[in-house]
Amino acid sequence: MSGETKFAFRTENLVKTYGQGDGQVDALRGVNVEIPAKEFVVLLGPSGSGKSTLLNILGGLDKPTSGKVYFNDIEVSAMKDKAMTKYRRHNVGFIFQQYNLLPSLTALENVELVTEIAKQPLPAKQALEMVGLTDRMNHFPSQMSGGELQRVAIARAIAKQPSVLFCDEPTGALDSQTGRTILNILQDINENLGTSIIIVTHAVATAAMADRVINFADGNIVDIRTNAHKAKADEIEW
Amino acid sequence: MSSLDRKLFRDLRRMKWQAIAIGLVMALGVMVLVMMDGLVVSLEETKKSYYEDYKLADIFAPTQAAQSQVLVELAKIDGVENVQGRVRGSILIDMPNSKTGVLAQALSLPNQGKAQINDVFLSAGRMIAPDVANEILLLNSFADAHNIKVGEAITAIIGGQKQQFNVVGVAQAPEFLFAAMPGELLPDDTRFAVIWMQQRYLEDITGLAGKFNEAIFLLDDDADTTNILTKIDDILDPHGGYGAYGVEDLVSNRFISEEIKGAKASAQALPPLFLGIAAFLIFIVISRIIQAERQQIGLLKAFGYSSAEIGRHYLKFIIIIALGGAILGSVAGVYGGLELAGVYQIYYKFPFLEFRVDYQAIFIGNLVSVVAATIGGSYILKNIFKLNPAVAMHAATPPDFSKSIRFGSWAKRLFNQPSRMIIRTLLRHPIRALGAMIAIASGMSLSVAMISLMASFDKSIEMSFEVIDRSDAMVNFVQPMPIDVVAELSKIAGIELVEPFRAVPAILQNGQLTHKSLISGLVAAPELNRAVNVEFEAIPIVETGIILASALAEKLQVGVGDDLTLKIRSGARPTLNIKVAAITETLVGSPVYMRLASLNKILDQGELISGVYIKMDKSQQAAIYDELKSTPYILAVSITADAKAAFKKIMDTGAGAVRYVMAIIAFVITFGIVFNSAKIAFAEGGRDLACLRSIGYTKGEAAYVLLGELAIVTLVSLPIGCVLGYYLSFATATAFSTDLYKIPAEVNFESFFLASLAVVVATIVSGWLVKRNIDKIDLVSVLKSE
Repeated sequence: MSGETKFAFRTENLVKTYGQGDGQVDALRGVNVEIPAKEFVVLLGPSGSGKSTLLNILGGLDKPTSGKVYFNDIEVSAMKDKAMTKYRRHNVGFIFQQYNLLPSLTALENVELVTEIAKQPLPAKQALEMVGLTDRMNHFPSQMSGGELQRVAIARAIAKQPSVLFCDEPTGALDSQTGRTILNILQDINENLGTSIIIVTHAVATAAMADRVINFADGNIVDIRTNAHKAKADEIEW
Repeated sequence: MSSLDRKLFRDLRRMKWQAIAIGLVMALGVMVLVMMDGLVVSLEETKKSYYEDYKLADIFAPTQAAQSQVLVELAKIDGVENVQGRVRGSILIDMPNSKTGVLAQALSLPNQGKAQINDVFLSAGRMIAPDVANEILLLNSFADAHNIKVGEAITAIIGGQKQQFNVVGVAQAPEFLFAAMPGELLPDDTRFAVIWMQQRYLEDITGLAGKFNEAIFLLDDDADTTNILTKIDDILDPHGGYGAYGVEDLVSNRFISEEIKGAKASAQALPPLFLGIAAFLIFIVISRIIQAERQQIGLLKAFGYSSAEIGRHYLKFIIIIALGGAILGSVAGVYGGLELAGVYQIYYKFPFLEFRVDYQAIFIGNLVSVVAATIGGSYILKNIFKLNPAVAMHAATPPDFSKSIRFGSWAKRLFNQPSRMIIRTLLRHPIRALGAMIAIASGMSLSVAMISLMASFDKSIEMSFEVIDRSDAMVNFVQPMPIDVVAELSKIAGIELVEPFRAVPAILQNGQLTHKSLISGLVAAPELNRAVNVEFEAIPIVETGIILASALAEKLQVGVGDDLTLKIRSGARPTLNIKVAAITETLVGSPVYMRLASLNKILDQGELISGVYIKMDKSQQAAIYDELKSTPYILAVSITADAKAAFKKIMDTGAGAVRYVMAIIAFVITFGIVFNSAKIAFAEGGRDLACLRSIGYTKGEAAYVLLGELAIVTLVSLPIGCVLGYYLSFATATAFSTDLYKIPAEVNFESFFLASLAVVVATIVSGWLVKRNIDKIDLVSVLKSE
């Protein structure tokens, strides 16, 4: 890699605590991390280790108790609510384990929900094409399988052409075959659109796909490693 | 405490505001029921005790004059328990602050001992001492209105001479609960005076030494009143009997009975309405709350809790809210009833109040609350229990919108995605949306009806005093005068129009149905006191036949063209048959009109009049009243503006006051309904909102989806509320009308506007409250929750 590395995210002493007194939980205990742009990053770690909390803070869904988060050198942690909304609207996409589609909108309309407000969106149909759902785009969520729902969620997330895609256990509710399809799509997006992808997962095998694997334990990073060779999603053993 | 009970209390705490809102709506429904029923029961009991304790006569028999020996004969009538003769006269009191003086009724009390019939309640001072000529008791309300204290003196004009009387006590009596001037139907404390004095002195003043001009009777419990009335009339006829009448025709009693009847009618009509709407709301809200608990129910079933156990758990939850509200409402209702009864006590001049709590109303109110809530809850629980736990728990299955409408390309241009969400959500749950609309519309209709009622009261006053009675004053003569005085009075400077009338007591009879009334003889086309039709257009006083008020025509069951027997109770007391020529619409009283000339012809006493209506130049009224006051043949002058003010006071303080209370309650109920709808919509749509926020929608844009739904529901409710309110207004106007006055249904733009405004304001406030919840959504926890 030549020249200066461009970082998508940089954090300084990121602390997040929930509750007070005896009930206080330290979810993040001073996390310092730099995540280069356009990488496929996997956050690993046991439940409660803080990986999801970091993801939520990076994505602007949550705020740190103290410490700083920079996105392309802009301090996300200092943003007021309006700026935060804009940040989510234009820069980041989310994919959840529970899909979180709006049941009252069709697949296409769920994607259009984003294209209507984004600055330079992909055409909604093109986004659905990328996840291989053109034939199901006029179906409502209730008429689709879990894998299809997650593909709609991905299409919705990438339609705004975000710089980063956050995925919180994207395959957690899916069978292995469908899970692999989803990971395939994510890898495609990373490679072809240059979108950074940050995935939180329990599935250790997913790590083989990553440029960078960040291991969490007890509210902090225990190690970061980079893969010399990235596996294809199809090669992963579950 | 079991885990489920702990969950119960935590759930209640979590939903405390919503629980409170639901409880309060229910409380208001129950409160109206308990309050109104308590009020009515208390008024009836108080009236009954007052009448019994102070021995109000069962029959009154006025005559011109009869020797006291006649009483012996009257006492022999079968069923008469006691009979007394008393003297009733009119005395003009010279009040320094009255333009016209006040015509007081003077009543005799026995020379010795307490009155055995029609006793008085002494509220201050002492009873009259025997053998002291100028001691009197004065009616409490009049003394209060003029600030006359015990120990002061009043001046009366008797036979043109001023005479002083010492007020040794102020008193009230069951026969004067409602104090209205003779010939007027509405009470006015400042102008209605009663003086009690010893019989022998009143005999002297009235020239009735050794005689009486009113016999009063107490009857045995099982007495045949109709038969006794006939016998009394037969005995008193030779002595100039005016016709005996039962206590039910006593003006005061009629008025108060009608007022209580009116309160009773509203107590029967309004509370079920309020309670019904509150119950409906509970049903809707509870069913939606339970629906939202679906996953938890699945979870509990998965743990091995039986449907019965879970059902009991949720029913407890429901019943705590419903019963909490109902109990609060019962307590508030009892206190409200007590307060309101206090207002009525003063208004009706009861010396004491027997407040009764209506336990039946409390029971019904609580029962309705619990049943409505239980039905709402059970209905939904039943559907949830049918599902197996895995399905019930699995919220990830998105609600099915596949049958929802598709938007064509034109619609896509018209509606953005959030708007489509609103439309689809409404259309997917049409019953639920309709339920919310009907609930809001019902609440609003209550407001429309209550505001309309206020307008109706105003309309009633306007019609009575600007359309029917347009005079400035009514002048009553001491005795009928030749019609020539009209010309004489017209000459007084400032008097613009003088219109004569003759008032004659008579009994109208159609078979078994009779009515005692004053017949007003009027000129052919009156300008000042007019008969009007349903459209409030003046109708002419025809030469032959009689014109009856619609309420009276109904009472006597006669229509235009039917024959009536007319027994005149004055002069030669002729009896004749007469045709009903027209029916007139009135809002106050039940007048009977005839052409003046025709009435005089029947009486055969010459062209006589009892008084005149006058219209005057207001700038000269002081001089005019002075002149009238000093005219010897004029007994009293009633100023129309005073009557109007008195009427307005009745409307505002009596049963009429209830409408303000009801209007406020209606507004609160409407707000409760709207607020709950907003809250529930938030509870159901929280996840969608969080989802929108995570994608990058602003708080405002996310709120639009939720509040847009509420706005549409509200907007559609407005016209429905107007229509429901329109019909409800007729029902409430009828409920508030009595035999003595009629409240026309007056649904105007103002009531629709105000009620709509109230709903819109309630929506905005509820929206604002819910918007605060939206702003506080914890995105992470909602999005990651199952």
